[in-house]
Amino acid sequence: MARSTNLKPFYIAFGALVVVGAGAIWLARRNSAPVPVGPMPVNTSSFSGWVLGSDSAPVEIIEYADFGCGACGIFTVLNAPDIKQRLVNTGRVRWRFRDYPIPSHAASPAAHMAAACAGEQEQFWPMHDVIFGNQSNWGRERRPERRFRDYARQMGLDMDRFDECTESQRYAAQIDAAKQEGVAVGVHSTPSFVIGGLLVAGALAYDSLVVLVERAEAAVRQ
Amino acid sequence: MITAVLALAGFFISLYLWLWKVGFLGSMACGDGGCETVQLSEYAQFFGVPVAFYGMVGYLVLVVVSLVGLQPRWIDRRWPTAWLAAVAGLGVAFSAYLTYLEAAVIHAWCRWCVVSALLIVAILLAALAGLRGPGRPAPASTAAASHR
Repeated sequence: MARSTNLKPFYIAFGALVVVGAGAIWLARRNSAPVPVGPMPVNTSSFSGWVLGSDSAPVEIIEYADFGCGACGIFTVLNAPDIKQRLVNTGRVRWRFRDYPIPSHAASPAAHMAAACAGEQEQFWPMHDVIFGNQSNWGRERRPERRFRDYARQMGLDMDRFDECTESQRYAAQIDAAKQEGVAVGVHSTPSFVIGGLLVAGALAYDSLVVLVERAEAAVRQ
Repeated sequence: MITAVLALAGFFISLYLWLWKVGFLGSMACGDGGCETVQLSEYAQFFGVPVAFYGMVGYLVLVVVSLVGLQPRWIDRRWPTAWLAAVAGLGVAFSAYLTYLEAAVIHAWCRWCVVSALLIVAILLAALAGLRGPGRPAPASTAAASHR
């Protein structure tokens, strides 16, 4: 004869688990929704970040990213080309990159410095792309600076200027200022974006990002 | 019952990862960014569909089979447990492949994926134990009916 089991407590517990799970997803959705931020305290006289696109573009996207962050790298490699082609090159969006090196990524400060020093020679974006594209090569190296020198040389940069810039840590203060500005507007993970006064975190897919751009465009038109 | 609860937990983890993948959630609670690295890698898709979606469907099947197996009509049958073991076995194989990719190819760990892998292993072990065991207790309604 089969032993009897009362399933009612199980169904109650199971139902409770369904509610808890659905609630956790709902909370995650609510907490990750774009957050309004105040006017951006951008001090363009000191360091405005690295800009791509037209000055007259109606919407600006500010990206806070860490060269050593895997999600930032994959965002740049997979999503950014689409964004650049369809939003930046068409004049709809101006893209502003701001440094947000994360302390746990030991090689990141050198990467941000190398990009800034390449920027001094008008080669920030090519270096930006190369650094993100080769993240797995330099990310775990003890002395990633040698890699960045190789990239600079391959780009045809003036190596004396580049070396002098990186060794003197010329842009350390600006990089730190960019990060502090991110902290001030509520950035706590990378990549994060400010789009039309909204702060949104995560490596956004093109479709998610374009919704926020359209919202910002509508606000500009009003 | 154990498999139903474990599968439900796995379902919500997969749902969370899938919703993030399709852009419904802005940021992922993960800690070190490893989840995003893994979820944005080329291996996070299988035949053009996010891997998390397969996990979601698999766990949903496990939940349904577990609940079906608890019904009085099927409580003494072995096939629900056998189905559980088969589906969980597939899940373990797929999870082992994904875990290998995390360790050896992507070089990043997605904590949610690791928890999901542990859950599917636990479900398989529970199903195998059920298959080898003496049989499950019948729900109260079946036991009462057998007295009539």
